[in-house]
Amino acid sequence: MPDLSSNLAGIKSPNPFWLASAPPTNSGYQIMKAFDAGWGGAVWKTLGVPVVNVSSRYGGVNYRDKRLIGLNNIELITDRPLADNLREIEEVKKYFPDHAVIASLMVESKEQWHQIVKDVQNAGADGIELNFGCPHGMCERGMGSAVGQEPKVLETIVKWVMEVATIPVIVKLTPNISDITEPAMAAVRGGGDAISLINTIQSIVGVDIDNFVPYPIVDGKSTNGGYCGPAVKPIALNMLKNCAQHEGVNIPISGIGGVENWRDAVEYFLLGATNVQVCTAVMHFGFGIIREMIPGLERYMVEKGFNTMDDMIGKALGNVKTWENLNLHYKVTASIDSSKCIECQLCYTACEDGAHQAIGLHKDGSRIPYIIEENCVGCNLCSLVCPVENCITMVRKDDGQKHETWKDFGEADKQPNTFNDERAGGIHHWVPEPSDALKK
Amino acid sequence: MPEYTRPQTLEEAAENFTQLKPLMDATMAYYESSRCLYCYDAPCIQACPTGIDIPLFIRQINTGNVDGAAKTIYDSNYFGNACGKVCPTSELCEGACVYNHQDVKPIEIGRLQSFATRKAMAEDKPLFKLAPSNGKKVIVIGAGPAGISCACELRSLGYEVDIYEAHQHPSGLALYGCAPYKVTNEELFEEMDYLERHFGYKVHYNHRVETKEHFQYLEENYDAIFLGIGLGNTNTLGINGEGFENCIGATEYIEKVKLDPLNTHVGEKVVVIGGGNTAMDAASESARLGAKEVTLAYRRSKAEMGAYPFEYDLAKGAGVKGVFNVSPVALLGEDKVSGIQLIRTEIVDGRVKNIDGSDFIIECDQVILATGNEKMKQFLSQIDGLDLDAKGRIITNEGFQTTNPKYFASGDAVNGGAEVVNACGEAKVAAQAIHKFLSA
Repeated sequence: MPDLSSNLAGIKSPNPFWLASAPPTNSGYQIMKAFDAGWGGAVWKTLGVPVVNVSSRYGGVNYRDKRLIGLNNIELITDRPLADNLREIEEVKKYFPDHAVIASLMVESKEQWHQIVKDVQNAGADGIELNFGCPHGMCERGMGSAVGQEPKVLETIVKWVMEVATIPVIVKLTPNISDITEPAMAAVRGGGDAISLINTIQSIVGVDIDNFVPYPIVDGKSTNGGYCGPAVKPIALNMLKNCAQHEGVNIPISGIGGVENWRDAVEYFLLGATNVQVCTAVMHFGFGIIREMIPGLERYMVEKGFNTMDDMIGKALGNVKTWENLNLHYKVTASIDSSKCIECQLCYTACEDGAHQAIGLHKDGSRIPYIIEENCVGCNLCSLVCPVENCITMVRKDDGQKHETWKDFGEADKQPNTFNDERAGGIHHWVPEPSDALKK
Repeated sequence: MPEYTRPQTLEEAAENFTQLKPLMDATMAYYESSRCLYCYDAPCIQACPTGIDIPLFIRQINTGNVDGAAKTIYDSNYFGNACGKVCPTSELCEGACVYNHQDVKPIEIGRLQSFATRKAMAEDKPLFKLAPSNGKKVIVIGAGPAGISCACELRSLGYEVDIYEAHQHPSGLALYGCAPYKVTNEELFEEMDYLERHFGYKVHYNHRVETKEHFQYLEENYDAIFLGIGLGNTNTLGINGEGFENCIGATEYIEKVKLDPLNTHVGEKVVVIGGGNTAMDAASESARLGAKEVTLAYRRSKAEMGAYPFEYDLAKGAGVKGVFNVSPVALLGEDKVSGIQLIRTEIVDGRVKNIDGSDFIIECDQVILATGNEKMKQFLSQIDGLDLDAKGRIITNEGFQTTNPKYFASGDAVNGGAEVVNACGEAKVAAQAIHKFLSA
């Protein structure tokens, strides 16, 4: 069996699945239950000066009958006294000495930082995570994402922490910033041992259109929240890639954002995450989802011949390039497997209205569409809207001999550079006459 | 073993006649509507004789615009709920659903249609726009699917409409002819009340048009006359014993079951003659009313039955036994049926031929004839210049105008006997033709 054990900057855990700092890690009870279920680590709900929370606290984004493809929250850090949390950390570590317990922290002054770091170390925490990401409430008070958005401030606070830290320190970053590598570099400069990303995205998830107030509603009013769940994974993966490919960000990364199953986790690992943290999926389905994640990951590793986590971490990074380095001669076109087609014609209308008018309909009554090869630019849209697995596939049409990128085009003076340049990519593509649109 | 026992109360009757398409609740409707693919040029629309924009109304249900969904349905078909319940949807819209190509359960279009329309009715939503009165009057004969649909359409065009109905209730065969497990009387009446209230036509019940003088009166007092008269009584076979007690026509039998199930006579051993959908209904209803043995006797093979396969399956499910390639010779007994003499048949050159000497007897104490219904030739002969075809159907042009230009007709009296939905669709066309005729 592959070895799932994980080591993030010296924080060891039996597997790479951690609970993110959030409501599921609000108490020792929940974390013990999670460890008992099979989770490898947990980042404690952020500790600091306890807050007063509001009711309600969450807003959801559904897609048709699929609940919570996105979740936003306006809950703050822990509202429980520090002493209670420290006592529970100690107790959890007694029961689960080999599991990772990480204390998430958020305070204001240097003195407070020094004090709380020492406190959690004394309680037996295996690591510390600095919450520089929370984009609601706490940021109004100069904490959370207010720190994560100011690399200099972030660097200063990390330095304060490192002055007293004796256990590994993870710096948790906010995605509410234009270049994630700037705060990541600040974390490195401050001496942080690892970074974790992403925290939640500033969001309004929806509006009550009868009462004219966004969700979640607190006595007729609302505020922006932090967005998480499956819908944020693509944003998180991109930020992960940005950091993992950055030469200066040479510390391990803990990946967070929309992880719900083993497959999501593998994507994070392949793009450079050492482990993953999970919150929304547990809030939706409970700790039991770990029963799917661990065997799923094991099966994948066996199938791919990976013995350890390190065998797979970052495997996809080499295949992520800048656009200008993509081969402009690579050409695919769509192909419809008529034996699988269910005749919904969604590909036709998607291509007709949303792409390049490269799918036609027969006039003989057959409902199976056909590809107009010469119009097909190989965009994939039809294969994405098709409800049948593998019915529309993209088939390579170039001979694979030519490899020329936009960058190469520049060097060979082949880039179009005037408005009506003959070298434009679409210059010889057929498009219908505008008035054809009105022909019934 | 019979599945059912004789119901003693209306509750027990309702239980024996459990609705095949029960009303969905909002959650079910939401989940089911979420599955719709929103096909381009959707096959379900093409399969609907009234051309309801099905993907649109399903999408409207899914976005919480149930009133809009009901309007979409009623814009095409005034018997929105009734057709959702009684249409052979597996042969029409649901049979055309592209999911069938994938062996995925098709969308439950009929039930979604009922969900939307029942909700609009329950909330008495005003969905219809009536044109200002144009001062012209049309009389509609028959308050069945054709007559009511024609009346609604004419009212929306600004006509004053009176309806003469020979029976005491509206809905025609949707009430008197559709099996009680397909639609309840209550919901039919609810829809009829809703339409009458919102369209403002006037139905005169127990008004039978009988004599030439009646027609003359109508011709003098109305600008046009619409015949939505349907068909007459069950055809006789011309065999001995048809006049016996306990021999009844299927339509007459179903009518009794619908109006007074507890007092409808059902034999212990019932033989139903016929192979159409009405035969299936009559057989199924007998079984559900507690007959110990129900035999369906059809003169051709099972494959040649006019009934939809699902209708035969329903009857079989209720305990009905099919006997094929047999033809009735005589009913046995004195005053009362005690048995039926049948003869085996074979098909020679497409025609049914009795096999000499193959007679046999099935003991029974009730025979139900589902042998088609008479055309109302006598009744129609009183209208000057109104021609019938060789089969007794009213001859019309494509606008359903008869050979007497003041008379229009559609539904069973013209098509010879089809589904409720066909009558609804054709009557709308007829109303538009009346409008054109009277506007000329």
